[in-house]
This record gives sequence, structure tokens and C-alpha cells, in this order.
Amino acid sequence: MERPIRVLVAKPGLDGHDRGAKVIARALRDAGMEVIYTGLRQTPEQIVATSIQEDVDVVAMSILSGAHNHLFPSVVKLLNKEGIEDILVIGGGVIPEDDIPSLKEAGIAEIFTPGTPTTETIRYIKENVKR
Amino acid sequence: MFDKKKLTKINEDKQKWEETTLNKTLERFPERKDKFTTGSGEEVERLYTPNDIEEIDYNEDLGFPGKYPYTRGVQPTMYRGRLWTMRMYAGFATAEESNKRYKYLVEQGSTGLSVAMDLPTQIGYDSDHPLAQGEVGKVGVAIDSLADMEVLFDEIPLDKVSTSMTINAPASVLLAMYIAVGEKQGVSEEKLRGTIQNDILKEYIARGTYIFPTEPSMRLITDIFEYCSKNVPKWNTISISGYHIREAGSTAAQEVGFTLANGIAYVEAAIEAGLDVDKFAPRLSFFFNAHNDLLEEVSKYRAARRLWAKIMKERFNAKNEKSMRLKFHTQTGGSTLTAQQPDNNIVRVAIQTLAAVMGGTQSLHTNSKDEALALPTEDSVRVALRTQQIVAHESGVTNTIDPLAGSYYVEAKTKEIEDEAMEYINKIDNIGGAPKAIDMGYIQKEIMDAAYKYQKEVETDERIVVGMNKYKVEEETPKGLLKVDPAVGEKKKEQLIKLKQQRDNEIVKQKLSSLKKACEGDENVMPYIIDAVKVYATLGEICGVMREVFGEYEQSVRL
Repeated sequence: MERPIRVLVAKPGLDGHDRGAKVIARALRDAGMEVIYTGLRQTPEQIVATSIQEDVDVVAMSILSGAHNHLFPSVVKLLNKEGIEDILVIGGGVIPEDDIPSLKEAGIAEIFTPGTPTTETIRYIKENVKR
Repeated sequence: MFDKKKLTKINEDKQKWEETTLNKTLERFPERKDKFTTGSGEEVERLYTPNDIEEIDYNEDLGFPGKYPYTRGVQPTMYRGRLWTMRMYAGFATAEESNKRYKYLVEQGSTGLSVAMDLPTQIGYDSDHPLAQGEVGKVGVAIDSLADMEVLFDEIPLDKVSTSMTINAPASVLLAMYIAVGEKQGVSEEKLRGTIQNDILKEYIARGTYIFPTEPSMRLITDIFEYCSKNVPKWNTISISGYHIREAGSTAAQEVGFTLANGIAYVEAAIEAGLDVDKFAPRLSFFFNAHNDLLEEVSKYRAARRLWAKIMKERFNAKNEKSMRLKFHTQTGGSTLTAQQPDNNIVRVAIQTLAAVMGGTQSLHTNSKDEALALPTEDSVRVALRTQQIVAHESGVTNTIDPLAGSYYVEAKTKEIEDEAMEYINKIDNIGGAPKAIDMGYIQKEIMDAAYKYQKEVETDERIVVGMNKYKVEEETPKGLLKVDPAVGEKKKEQLIKLKQQRDNEIVKQKLSSLKKACEGDENVMPYIIDAVKVYATLGEICGVMREVFGEYEQSVRL
């Protein structure tokens, strides 16, 4: 049997709003994925270290504080520095539409904004996971 | 509340009505759903009658405004005397920019300030800390030292306004800075009016801006209670907050139950520290959410007032009536706003405003329509403030006190929420109190279960959110959102370098070392913090000293 998709749900930065991250984590788990949730206040370095240690296929980050333009790309950069190209990196939260193109350019595969059904995120992960 | 014979008759008539009139209609026109539920998912009956509230005793359970158990309100005249304080939470970028926004709000009729601080400030880091990168000035104003507070309140007379500060873990430091600014303006501390949130327990539960472990955090809070009861008597020393618990996904009854359980923990801690309950309890205040289910929300506020009054009187033997009064601030529900068709949010906020006002709030922040997308623009903040003014001056609901009292449904619902909240309090008592229940993750899990259930209901269209899962339209990208200048972080770093060059670093060192000793001992730390901020020790330095002595809280992570 193929092993389940492993996802790291992460909260980078100082933002404490974790309802979205926890709901997503539960929904992914209910969809049969293996989910690791980091808890709050993770630095990009910690997130990358955990994703390597846990051998995940997906890193799903959530930010509602407005720090996404700095923190999301930092995680991708650090992953690349470690030579990791096969982890799908996605993000969600209160993220203005105008910021999305540059985030995608920086290597965040998809951004999910408020009101996105969890089913859509699940479908996206299943279709785009890189292994 | 009703005559026994009449109740029996009503019951008989109701049964008759069901068997004949109602059933006939149901056969031809079935109801839209099998089960009707509140915003919190509680089942609602088709019809409420005097039989549903037969156990309620008017004098004992409702009473009169300004009298125990305060179900009908905490003041004898409520809004006929004075309207609630229209207090808009605001703050972003630098102290200069936030100061401008405050002056604008005061010009527009805002009657109290409410300061939003950025996350590094809330977590006790200066703007140049590595973890502050990308966060400086984002969700609020960045405060590094007294210098920033001086700019923030420039030309705002602190003896005229009341100021609420959403600050928790480092609340004592920000209060100290406020006291110092007052002194510079010639306003002595006993004249200062305002509130610090100072509610660490809900930070562990739901909001996330904690620093220190539970025990030293509780000590800092009781130190503030003590200091203020002696020196800053008009200051609300804590705002025990259900708001964030609800935003995290709780039900209305959980919001009341968990918030009052936290309240109980603070009262116990203060009593244990040797304070007299009637000295500090009058300055406790609360903070609740307002969601869309109008009648459930009104019932919630009424239930919270009645339950707290009983707890203070019966559990803590408070004698002072002021100790039993639950005064509260309300904010409309951020999580009810949709990013889709944002104009619809204006209507949601109007309903929530009505709920808060008919529930007897003492102050209110109304959210702006664009807050599911970004921080609000000045224009959308104005509409939000106008919503309060329309309810205040045009809706008529302010003309009489507690206008929904006596509604069979609202009274039954008030009782139901009170009972359910009390059940949660009993459970938490059995666990050993709120701090322990939080450490075990019990409260967090209850909230998460409710949040997940809600999400499922939205995704299966059991629950309709207009514009999000029904009545959708193709939309263009919203334009004109507020953007915080990314250069704010750099600017703040430069200011910090300058500050550290200009101040007397030797005296800063001395004051920090005295503070450290006070933290290690059991003296009240407030005077030491005030001394340190006055010589421009930074927030990060002061919290750094406390981190060294107290350590840091570790979150228990579970899904």
C-alpha cells in the first residue's frame, strides 16, 4: 500500500490565530493524511528542520498577521538551500489578492484565502503533491 | 412568574393547537428543516410560551437594572443616562501614524481610544529582535519604549480620554508607560481612566500572545490589581475576555463558561495573594464577542451578568455591589466576516451591534467590512462607527432598558446558557481550576471540537453563509486595501539605535537590575517597572529581565 501523504501544518511568526491551522490539520487527517502540527511561533528555520526530520511531502503554513510576504518566501528559500525541491509548499490566511503573484513567484505553490472549503485544499494537495 | 392555573391552561391550549392548527399546516407545508439551531448549534423550539420560563422568578432572577443579579443591566438608567462608549480598536505602523488615526477617531465622535499593538510588542520583543522580522507595525503599533508612547498620545489629554490597551503578557510594562506619559502631561495616576486586557489565561487558550509560565503570569496580574487599587483607582485592571475564545470557534455558552472560569481563577489568585475581594473586584471588567444570532447573543450577555453576580456573591462572599457587576466591552465577531462580497459585512456588523446594545454592553468596537482582507481603511472604519451611531440615535432600542426581557424565548435561552456555562465551570472546578484545565488542553479541545463542527456544517451547506457558500458572484479583486509600509521595521530599528545612544545607559542598567531582584523576591514589581520605563529601558529589555527570572510558557500542542 502506498504510504499516506505526510503534511506539516505550520504557524510561522508570532501570530497566535490558530483556528484555521487546526481546522485544516483535522480536515487533512480526516482525509487520510498524516498530519504534524507545529504549534505557534515557529521560525522558518524550525519549520524547515521539522519538515526534514518528519520527512513530509507538504508544508502548509498559516498566517493572519500580515507577515506572510516575509515569512512564506523565507521557508521556501531555506528548503531550496537544503536542496529540497520535492516538498509542496502552500499557504493560507488573511492574504490580500495583490500579494499572491509575488508569493507564487517565490515558490509558494498555492495560497488559500478566507472562505476556502477544506475540501478544496485537500483536492489541491492530492493533485499536486510531488511524489 | 405566572399563575399555576393559567400555565396549565396555556399548556393544554398549546397541545390542542399542535394537534389541530399546527399539524394541518405541517401536513401541507412542511417546515424548511427538521431541526432549527442557533449560531452555536443549539436546537431551537418552534415556539416558546410562559411554560418555558415558569421556573423563573422575576424578583430573584431578573430584578431591576443596577440591582443584583444585574440580569437587566448594570446601571439603573442604562442608555437613557449615557450611551455606551464607542471605542474603535486601532493602531498600526508607527506611533506617529497611529496618533493621527486616534485624533481622527476622536474628531469623528469616538469617545474612547483602543490601542492595537503589533505582535512583537505583545510578546515583549523590541522591533530589532530576530523574531520581530516581518511583524513590526503589522497588526498594531510598534512600542519599544516610553518614547513611542509619548508620540502615540501626543496632544491627546489623558485626563479627558479613557484608553483601552490590548496588551496581556507585558501589560504591566505598557501600563507603566501610560502612567509615565500621564505624569509628563501633568496628569497624576489617580486620574487615569482606561483598561488593560491583562488576561493571560485566554492567551494560552486562544490568542497566543503569552510569554511567561502560568504562575509568574498570575503573580504579575495580582501585582497590577494591588498596585492599581492603591494608586490608579479608576483603571480597569483586567478585561477577562471571551472574545478570542469565541473567535477560536467556541459556542456562546462556552464563551461564557470558559471566560467566567478564567475570572474565577483571577479572583482566587488575588485572594490568595492577600487582597480583599471588594478592593479589587470592582475594577474587573469583561470582554465578549457579538455574533450574528441576535437573540442567542442577547441572552448570552444577560446570562453572563447573572451568573457572575451569583459567583461573586455566593462563592467569594463579595459584599460590595460593585464587585458583583459584570461590566463588559463588546467587539463584533471578526470570524463572521466574509472575504467574499465584503459590503455584506456592514449588515452583519449592524446585527451584531444591535445584539451588543440590547444585551447591555458598556462599550463597543464595530469591525469594518474589509477586515477579512486586511486592516481596515479609514473610510470603512467610519462606516463601522456610523453603524453604532445609527443604532444609538435612530433604531430606538436605547429608549428603554433591556428591551427583550420577558420574551419567552430570550428568557428561556438566558437560563439555558447560564446552566450550560455553569456546567462547564463545574467541570473545570473538578479538574482543579482554569489554569490546570488549560495545561491539560481540555478547554482548547472543547473549543476546537466546536470549531470543526461549524466548519463541517458550512462545507456541507447545512449552515448558510451568504456570499460564501450560497448567493455567490464572480468578484473583482478588492481595491484600496490598507497597506503597512514594509519600511516600518527598518525605521524602528534606527530609532532604537538612537534611543540607546541618547539615554543614560548606566541608570538603565541599575533600574533593570533592581527590577530583576524584585522579580526574584515577592515584592510588588509595578514600582520597579515604572522606574525602568521612565529611564527609557525598552520593552524588550524589561521583558528580557523577566524572561530570565520567570522562564517562558510552553504551549501544549494537540489537535
